[in-house]
Amino acid sequence: MNFTALIINGIAIVCLLIAFVKDKEKTIKSVKLAGKSFINMLPMVFIIIIFIGLLLGFVPPEQISRFVGQQSGVAGVFIIGIVGALLYIPALLSFPLAASILEGGASITAVAAFITTLTMIGIITLPLEIKILGKKMALLRNGLSFVFAFVIAFLMGMIL
Amino acid sequence: MIPKEKKMKQKAKLLRGWAFFGLMVGFLLVLLFIFPDKTQPVTSTAWQYFIEMIIILPAVLIIMGIFSVFISDEIVVKYLGKASGIKGIGLAIFLGALPTGPLYVAFPMAATLIKKGARISNIIVFLSAWACIKLPQELVELQFLGLDFMFSRLILTIVFVIIMGFIIEKIIESSDKKKMIDV
Repeated sequence: MNFTALIINGIAIVCLLIAFVKDKEKTIKSVKLAGKSFINMLPMVFIIIIFIGLLLGFVPPEQISRFVGQQSGVAGVFIIGIVGALLYIPALLSFPLAASILEGGASITAVAAFITTLTMIGIITLPLEIKILGKKMALLRNGLSFVFAFVIAFLMGMIL
Repeated sequence: MIPKEKKMKQKAKLLRGWAFFGLMVGFLLVLLFIFPDKTQPVTSTAWQYFIEMIIILPAVLIIMGIFSVFISDEIVVKYLGKASGIKGIGLAIFLGALPTGPLYVAFPMAATLIKKGARISNIIVFLSAWACIKLPQELVELQFLGLDFMFSRLILTIVFVIIMGFIIEKIIESSDKKKMIDV
């Protein structure tokens, strides 16, 4: 087990202890909720794990890096940003996916664009967002998020 | 929606997930049957990612569960509704970043905040923080992409989310004013 995993599990244990002292019933409810989301998330976890295995096992790094690597330029970053905006997978599972394309030869910029559009923009939930918050606000938020996701991604590429 | 209906819908969704997983396994088996020499790299990579995921996922979900049960929507709306200035922005980021549910849970809260007359910029910052500055996400990002990547993306995101909040506020306010003049 690595250091980060230890810290995360440590935080969870501390949270559980504090919660338990404060309110036993609510804590049990929280753990049940966590169990339920775990079960709901499980198929997606396995699907992504298999996808990563296939991606890294079958697609040679040169191919990945040709599309979304250093030399692919703006077009590759743009495409992967759009893919991120369209995909609807839990944000938590986007990070192993992102790590795998980085390992496979993608550039920092492309990976940052992918994660940022994936988390900030929800094309699937857009109709719901329009219904609840109004057309203007929902479209402005998703549209500008798309633009800023690329600004963030290119700055990331320059920093790292 | 009636709870029973909701439950069935969730069950159907879960079933679809497993069905899709079955397809994926089938696809994997066929591919590995055709290219048996790929079995070792594919399974060892998949296994490595699976382990990395499974040692943090339960903990992350427990943290999220605790926060979503203990911190009610009302508390968030109450604090964010009256905060303003730099404190408002800080609070919007903090409350958005708390480890709770998916983004669509935050839409109704944002709608309530609009009705209550909270600043548009704060609401946008809140929604964006909810979407992509969530604490459990940062933890998983740290695990998979490392400290440098996680930290620089976090700082850049905070900066641009605030800028975006002000831009959207300006656009919405000026278009509302125009409407008033037209009327």
